[in-house]
Amino acid sequence: MNNEELKSAILAIQPAATFDESGEFLNVHISSELLLPLMLELRNNKDFYFDYLFCETCIDWKDHLMMVYHLTSKSLKHTLVVKGKISNRDNAEIESVAGIWKTAEFMEREVYELFGVKFLNHPDLRKLILDDYWTGYPLRKDYSDPVNLIEY
Amino acid sequence: MEEGSFKMDVKDIKMDVKEIKQDPFPGLVEPTDDGAILVTKLDDVINWARSNSLWPLYFGTSCCAIEMMQTGASRHDWSRFGFEVARATPRQADLIIIAGTIVIKMAPVLKRLYDQMPDPKYVIAMGACAISGGPFYYNTYSVVKGADHIIPVDIYIPGCPPRPEALLHGMISLQEKIKHTHNGQQKRA
Repeated sequence: MNNEELKSAILAIQPAATFDESGEFLNVHISSELLLPLMLELRNNKDFYFDYLFCETCIDWKDHLMMVYHLTSKSLKHTLVVKGKISNRDNAEIESVAGIWKTAEFMEREVYELFGVKFLNHPDLRKLILDDYWTGYPLRKDYSDPVNLIEY
Repeated sequence: MEEGSFKMDVKDIKMDVKEIKQDPFPGLVEPTDDGAILVTKLDDVINWARSNSLWPLYFGTSCCAIEMMQTGASRHDWSRFGFEVARATPRQADLIIIAGTIVIKMAPVLKRLYDQMPDPKYVIAMGACAISGGPFYYNTYSVVKGADHIIPVDIYIPGCPPRPEALLHGMISLQEKIKHTHNGQQKRA
């Protein structure tokens, strides 16, 4: 599917979605509560068949967090970026997609330790690389550490 | 700069190099009819032997390690100076070349490796990261700002990464340092 076909097909299953085409890929913006049903559809619908999650990360926009999922389909050769907005920064929660794409398990653990996003229904939500006693979320914009971090 | 003074500088450097190479063994050899008598200081002989068979530990944590491998490979070949027996265990090594970034999670590992090395032991900090954190000095949550926060360092080699020539120069400088140390005054951690 090309971008226009993807847009109309996604709007048919989720009318609340908005789009952004300024980047390399077609971006779909959606709120975090509506994310999981859309992701299930994107994975399982034979017209989308996004069988490969090649990147999952998070962005700190200071007033909210945004999960970013890069999806591609190996058989249908189309790519899509889904962005889920998490409005509640202090108690950030989103549904895990590790049940859909197994690879998300480790990427979500990384986001969990660095951004402090709690993934609901994640099979094994622990810190990935940081020490277990680490406090704070280092990749958040307001992170500070007076001992180890020298600000410029 | 005047031409004359420049020439003088080059000449001085050449004399320095010659001086080092003219001193292969620290001692006096007096030939006799059926052999020779050797007069020397035990400290000097021990240091001479020690400095010419430094066994480095493989400790490469990032791109400086690539340059370190190149220094050991055929083009630069650090075995010319007695470094060829690189060890994979600290128990058999007496030199640790910190080739790369030390992160907070790696720091206890580095300390343990250093503690496991037998005395006398020497440390080379290779590259900007090992010296000060380098490009990761500011705004980073994970990088140790210099390996000398964890273990004492003998030689610092600047560069990002340093070329093999620089590493060789650092290692030869360490040999010079060892040759001019009193064994009773070995540095302790």
